[in-house]
Amino acid sequence: MNSLRYEAPSSLGDAIALLARASGTSRILAGGTDVIVQMETDVIEPELVVDIKRIPELRQIAVENGAFRVGAAVTGMELTDHRAFCEAWPGVVDGVKLIGSMQIKGRATMGGNLCNASPAADSVPALIAAGAIARIAGPNGTRDVAVEDIPTGPGKTSLAKGEIIVSFLFPPRPARSGDAYLRMTPRTEMDIAVVGVGVNIVLDAGGVCTAARVSLGAVAPTALLVKEAGAALLGSRFDAPALDRLAQAAGAACRPIDDKRGTKEYRVNVAGVLAKRAALVAVERARQNPTGRSI
Amino acid sequence: MSTILDKSGFNPDKKLKIVGTSPVKHDGIDKVTGRAKFGADLFLPGMLVGKILRSPHPHANIRAIDTAAAEALPGVKAVVTRADFPECPKGSAAGDMSRNAMAREKALYDGHPVAAVAATSESIAKQALKLIKIDYEVLPHVIDPVDAMKPDAPILHDHVRTKGVKDAADKKTNVVERLELKMGDVEAGFAQADVIVEHEYDTKPMHQGYIEPQGCVATCTEDGQVELWCCTQGPWVFRDRLTEILKIESSKIRVTQSELGGGFGGKTGFYAEPIAVLLAKKAKRPVKIVLTRGEVFRGTGPVSGTRSRIKMGVTRDGNITAADAELIFQTGAFTGSMFFNAPQAMFTRYDLKNVKTVSYEVVSNRPKVNSFRAPCVPQVVFGVEGVVNELAQKIGMDPLDLRIKNAITEGYKTIYGETFGPIGYLETLIAAKNCDHYKSPVPKGQGRGIATGFWFNRGGETTGTLNIATDGSVTIILGTTDVAGSRISISMMAAEELGIPVDKVRAVMADTHALGWNRVTAGSRTTYSSGMVIIDSARKAITELCRRAALIWGVPEEGVVFEDGYCRPASSNVGEFPPLSLAEIAGKTTLTLGAIAGHSEMNVTGAGPGFGVHIVDVEVDQELGRVDIKRYTVVEDAGKAIHRLQVEGQYQGGAVQGIGWALNEEYVYGEDGRLQNPSFLDYRMPVASDVPMIDTEIVEVPNPRHPYGLRGVGEVPVTPTMAAIANAIGAVIGVRPRSLPMSPPKILKLIEEARAAR
Amino acid sequence: MSKKYHVTTTVNGDEYEYLCEPQQTLLDVLRDELMLTGTKEGCATGDCGACTVMVDGTMICSCLMLAVEGDGKKIETIEGMAKGDDLHPLQRNFLELNGLQCGICTPGILIAAKALLERNPDPSETEVRYWLAGNLCRCTGYDKIIRSVLAAAKEMRGA
Repeated sequence: MNSLRYEAPSSLGDAIALLARASGTSRILAGGTDVIVQMETDVIEPELVVDIKRIPELRQIAVENGAFRVGAAVTGMELTDHRAFCEAWPGVVDGVKLIGSMQIKGRATMGGNLCNASPAADSVPALIAAGAIARIAGPNGTRDVAVEDIPTGPGKTSLAKGEIIVSFLFPPRPARSGDAYLRMTPRTEMDIAVVGVGVNIVLDAGGVCTAARVSLGAVAPTALLVKEAGAALLGSRFDAPALDRLAQAAGAACRPIDDKRGTKEYRVNVAGVLAKRAALVAVERARQNPTGRSI
Repeated sequence: MSTILDKSGFNPDKKLKIVGTSPVKHDGIDKVTGRAKFGADLFLPGMLVGKILRSPHPHANIRAIDTAAAEALPGVKAVVTRADFPECPKGSAAGDMSRNAMAREKALYDGHPVAAVAATSESIAKQALKLIKIDYEVLPHVIDPVDAMKPDAPILHDHVRTKGVKDAADKKTNVVERLELKMGDVEAGFAQADVIVEHEYDTKPMHQGYIEPQGCVATCTEDGQVELWCCTQGPWVFRDRLTEILKIESSKIRVTQSELGGGFGGKTGFYAEPIAVLLAKKAKRPVKIVLTRGEVFRGTGPVSGTRSRIKMGVTRDGNITAADAELIFQTGAFTGSMFFNAPQAMFTRYDLKNVKTVSYEVVSNRPKVNSFRAPCVPQVVFGVEGVVNELAQKIGMDPLDLRIKNAITEGYKTIYGETFGPIGYLETLIAAKNCDHYKSPVPKGQGRGIATGFWFNRGGETTGTLNIATDGSVTIILGTTDVAGSRISISMMAAEELGIPVDKVRAVMADTHALGWNRVTAGSRTTYSSGMVIIDSARKAITELCRRAALIWGVPEEGVVFEDGYCRPASSNVGEFPPLSLAEIAGKTTLTLGAIAGHSEMNVTGAGPGFGVHIVDVEVDQELGRVDIKRYTVVEDAGKAIHRLQVEGQYQGGAVQGIGWALNEEYVYGEDGRLQNPSFLDYRMPVASDVPMIDTEIVEVPNPRHPYGLRGVGEVPVTPTMAAIANAIGAVIGVRPRSLPMSPPKILKLIEEARAAR
Repeated sequence: MSKKYHVTTTVNGDEYEYLCEPQQTLLDVLRDELMLTGTKEGCATGDCGACTVMVDGTMICSCLMLAVEGDGKKIETIEGMAKGDDLHPLQRNFLELNGLQCGICTPGILIAAKALLERNPDPSETEVRYWLAGNLCRCTGYDKIIRSVLAAAKEMRGA
């Protein structure tokens, strides 16, 4: 590791300037649970590491117009300890909890999980299903981007040089809404998802689905927002035929690979199974949320 | 050289004070405070960091090595290549060991060491490795042993000709040995059978998975004295092997064992140690090498993967009449898999007269295999216990009852020629049948499996000393590495012999200068063998104590006896003397001839074999293929549990290793012959949330050759595990898996095939 | 060679200063510079938990924090768990119930278990297992580890 420089700016402007100016490879350091591993195993050899944990906007959980805005560098532990957020977005919290062990959650962040852009990242399908919007700051100003538009391929994002994700804005939580994230791993913990599914739904007073977003992870080069899967649930009461249509749509959307964690065939199979199960968990949570979450 | 105590003095009725209890182990305090020093925990002044360059190619000729740029890098103090290793003939044991430590003519696996540096910091050492230029001629590679046996397979070693094959054509091959082991007449045996079951099984290589990567520190003086601190299961074996391949006299090498952070057989052979010694020799400064986890997976001993075909026959009323097996074992790049254990052990529970086995050991472009618990046996018991269960099913007999009916007992002559003394197999089966787990109904939606296992338990060359201090407290000097807590068990036996509290005994783990030769800690031999030797030493010390008491009292030696920690007059005729404690006698040593000690060297024999029965209940998520272990019980014969909690711990640890082996652990290789999962992320060992509590039942059918009747317990608990789990899965999904690991995609496939077949 | 960074930090209540290269991790520095070798390296990729320490009250893998980040932090390692001759109840229960065999994973597990009991003094067996899922053990099969933690929790509750 030659001439590596470590900087820890305390303002967003300073961080952006450092990253924009950097001549060689640079990396943002939040929790480091991916970046430090990649450095140790010589996958990357950055010349500059910018530690963003001193920048206040990235570390806050705030409420904005009745909705949550979560700093991109809030740790998994901090998020899962935030009672109000857990009540509003249990599915997102499901995903964050599965990023890794308790030790990993003490450091890992949603911003890092998203920007590392592993197709199997656990917080991403739930973020996409939730309809979270990423606020990005860079040398050319600030812009808001839907989370599903950030990863562009394994290890790649649509962020330009010098850009940092500052926070995630979640929509307000209407009555009878619920979300869930499930994944398939061989062990109970500590594995990378073989398939991950995030589901976010809204029911009307009669129990009919009025909104649904379904996202799949680990079955394509990036996490997917599967519009057909959401459409399969719309107008239904989550009866068996609707769930079958959901499973079919989920399976059809997969573009998986064979790798040391799973085969194509297995992933397509499992995507459908998990989509159904996640939908049922989301429905149950929606039913237990008759008045919505005002915060 | 004796091999066992002439009179073990085993007395089943003797009231024991210490043996059989569970005192806090003496090395425990250092381990719960972080004070204990493991392989990577030694620091010496001037110490350099050593790093190894490894081949990225699974098979390649090494045409040239250019280290000039690395040597010139400031901070680099030594560079070592094959040129620094003395010549050892290809194909000899030393030649194989030397070439495994560092490649000579060829790189034979992804991860094979090809050069090494020692530098003043890790970052400089890593940089230096990048500056070493190796000219490889990449060759075609072969990973799977069945592929390696094919006539057109790439050949690893030109000199290999199959041992055990008559008239082996002078043809190059990857098959190192063909071993045939048989007894009786299998044809006749199968002819008698009413039901025959035959299946093929395969298992993937796995890793011992010790949490501590190998770490060592080597120093070498100007006059050639070598000191090696390392984590090892065999300091003397390491020393002797260093002598063999580096041509340094043994008395010039002191190997000091650190605490061992797990070995399970994987640290019975060295890896970085010869390299560290050579670097230290060149640099004239201490050199520390600690392997990274990636290096541990890429470069240290995996456990053999296997293919097997197993056939057994039974009569309608439950007599197993014949067994036949063909087995293929992979040994990695060099021979040394101990595959002969498999045919010897696989059926050794059943009272068989007719057995035929043919086993092959095959090299391929993988790291050389190293031992795991019960080397090469669990992989084939995986198949045997499935066949036996199917036989039971087909004749409508309870699986335990079939085993009870065919159980071997004392006097059975094994296929490898040993006739058993008292053994506890039948008792273990009956205990399993009567245990709470087996008697309780299988919960709805779950499936239950049982399987039985066996291990020889070994003895071997062992040396020890027992010293009594002038205040009567005792130190015992042990040479067998303590992998999990044997030193407390041995201290307990010494305390029991001497009639003193166990807290008055302290064990010291010796280095190779301080004690005579000890074989590796392996084969479940440690507590048995070092126990035997320390008991012998204690008894010699007791004889000496009595001599001194006799001197003190002025009576003949025959007039003194030792009882419960005191020397007493043998009878009132001898005289009225108050009893003398160890402290009182030892305190007078300057008046009575000097130090009181006992010493013993034995090539220990008489180890009694162990048997176990595992019972497991599983649940299977039939849409995902995921298996959940719901309840697990290990029933095993320990002969005599010296330290009960330790013995339970061995049963539980072995069971969970088997669970990992059964469900998820495997090496994954790409088409390019490179290891794809060299990390704990993708080499999936069980975590705490994956397993339930492991219930244990200790059966005690003593081995009377040992003073306390104990049998080794370390290896039996992993032998039946995968078979029991596979049998349980079969009970749930209707198809008994025949391929390890039984990972979710494979189970889901079996479920779908079973569904389609219906 | 990279420029070194000067860090001032507190470990187990004592102030320490060290120099570190930017790519060195907290684990590297605890062991190689501060000679606090109780914290172990099992994998250096956050998959085994043998390097678990507390930083500002949060449980982390010290192999996944850069040493340079240690400036101004409060770090707790296994060396600080006992107070003089008094072992922590977790340490005592692990000894009495044989919750360790080779002992290499033990420091990480003790730190992790202590963090759990400080948050949740009455965890269920399942909660203990999931909390410790990030700490690999190869010797014990986890049984006696879980029992030791539950026993220590009971003792600490005064139950």
